[in-house]
Amino acid sequence: MLTVAQTIFRHYQDTPGKVCLTLLETRQPDKPITYDLLFRASLSYTRALVEQRVQPGEVIILILPHGEALVYAFFGAVLAGAVPAIMPFLTEKLSPEQYHRSLKALFAVTRPAAVITSSDFLSEVQRAMGTDSSVRLVLDAGQIAYQAVADGAPLPGLQRQPSDLVLLQHSSGTTGLQKGVALSNRAVFNQVEAYAPAIQLSPQDVVVSWLPLYHDMGLIAGFLMPLLTGTHLVLMSPFDWVRAPYRLLQAVSRYKGTLSWLPNFAYNFCAQKIRPRDLENVDLSSWRAVINCSEPMYWSSHAQFLQRFQPYGLRPQALATCYAMAENVFAVTQGGIDQPVRVDEIDRRALQEQRRATPAQGNGAIKMLSAGRPIHNTSVRILDDHGAPLPERRVGEIALQSNCLLSSYYNRPELTSQSFRDGWYLTGDLGYLADGEVFITGRKKDLIIVGGKNIYPQDLEYLAGEVPGVHPGRVAVFGLPNETTGTEEVVLVAETDLPDPQSWPTLADELRSVITRSSDIALRRVHIVPYGWLLKTSSGKVARRANRDKYLSEQTPHA
Amino acid sequence: MITTLRLIRLMEEIISPLSDYIAREILKQPTRRIDPDEALISSGLVDSFHLVDLAVFVEEQFGVRIDDTELTADTFDSLRSLATLIADRR
Repeated sequence: MLTVAQTIFRHYQDTPGKVCLTLLETRQPDKPITYDLLFRASLSYTRALVEQRVQPGEVIILILPHGEALVYAFFGAVLAGAVPAIMPFLTEKLSPEQYHRSLKALFAVTRPAAVITSSDFLSEVQRAMGTDSSVRLVLDAGQIAYQAVADGAPLPGLQRQPSDLVLLQHSSGTTGLQKGVALSNRAVFNQVEAYAPAIQLSPQDVVVSWLPLYHDMGLIAGFLMPLLTGTHLVLMSPFDWVRAPYRLLQAVSRYKGTLSWLPNFAYNFCAQKIRPRDLENVDLSSWRAVINCSEPMYWSSHAQFLQRFQPYGLRPQALATCYAMAENVFAVTQGGIDQPVRVDEIDRRALQEQRRATPAQGNGAIKMLSAGRPIHNTSVRILDDHGAPLPERRVGEIALQSNCLLSSYYNRPELTSQSFRDGWYLTGDLGYLADGEVFITGRKKDLIIVGGKNIYPQDLEYLAGEVPGVHPGRVAVFGLPNETTGTEEVVLVAETDLPDPQSWPTLADELRSVITRSSDIALRRVHIVPYGWLLKTSSGKVARRANRDKYLSEQTPHA
Repeated sequence: MITTLRLIRLMEEIISPLSDYIAREILKQPTRRIDPDEALISSGLVDSFHLVDLAVFVEEQFGVRIDDTELTADTFDSLRSLATLIADRR
């Protein structure tokens, strides 16, 4: 078995002139990148790292905007035998203080040897390092000239073994909850080997992606898999896409794109926010699979997307689904490739009250989109609360076994062992099996997924608890599904000590501002309540679900 | 230089429909008042998912195109600077 470093090296040797990646940037011509350029530009980073004595197996944090430097820095680290971890770049909306805190927490847990970033961010990184830091090298990507010559000097990355770690992928916790999913070369290749046939990947495919590389869907499906398999990748930045979603469709049309992965909200976003003039002459007939992944999937989102883009050649059978997580490198299941995505109509009440997926029709039925079947190297089980396997159509926690699971949560041994039971990885997701297909119904933990980003309620509750006027510890955060946007809407309920209700709107504004600037989401719904409103569990914790139900029962439509 | 008279017109004709739109459609708080100099983008008040909506509204309401590359705090970050941009292009 080859490693990631050896594979990139082999592509460089065998097909140096082949364009593997086309980068789309605004106000600039599209930039084709060959394996030759990819290897040599990456080598410039490798040289800088090796020169500064970064050792194989050491972690390197990459904090760079989406673009060429990030691509080269990633492979440069891999060719040095180091373990890259791509982290989100500080956006203008985020409060620098909050970013500073999360960076410090990341450094403390991950103990990286080096950080590669851009010049305007150097001082921020140095500030977060403090004294006594594990970081020995902070590299300014702007100072790296892509002039390396492949002179045959030994590359430590080529000596790495399949069982050695190749990358860390972080989940997006903000206050010390960060989990770095540590993945070996073997896990990455086992995933690709199992997932490629599940999507019938061929050399004629063209992947078009706007997804961020700090998330598994973007990093694996929209970056590593195409570059490792020699599949042409057309890549744009999420920053550009969110301002101009039509660029995705124009890119598919121009490059005859065949495959894309999108979080559910992106279907609604594209369907609702693209002007007809930006779709003139767009032809989507080459798109053979548009794969819905990484947040709860709605049938209505698929319907809306198809209705909007069918006139431009989008084929109904292109709509596909996938259930994935970083802990399995990426995909667990795939649906909608060789046959249309199955829609299972089940009884809403039986689902909620008896945790059963009972086929039903008419008013009380909900349309569930199948996530498809497990890919060939992965087994899925549904477990009851005691860890015993459940039969089909019974809802329980999804557990999985495969040859591409994480090596560990990096430097978090307890968290790692808690996540496994009898050799099965416990996903924390709830779902059921029907005729061997997996359906996701919700989550065991209170995790909220907004636009594909994982949001931990406790992070937001902690931030809100620091706002003057909020009763300490008396905050509940939960998500509500919103079919219009195709994602979850976050609600924050806070108890206040302020006696005068006239001052509550000001407090609500302050809470919105603090959460929006300190987290990945923009908070809209804030509900201020008097002391004693929130329900608590027997152990004295704020019960999120019970409070969500109470909140909903008090809301009248359009209130 | 914006004259006083022009400023008053700006306020009336451009800022108030913009303010109403943002409060109603983006913030979902119809009664929220937005100060003409309050930061919109850098504060996260208007999040990135709504920048396209704002551009479409400006085009429909005022006939002024804002390119998607201009949807950053560098181009405008308050009702006043957005209104000035709109007035300049009309």
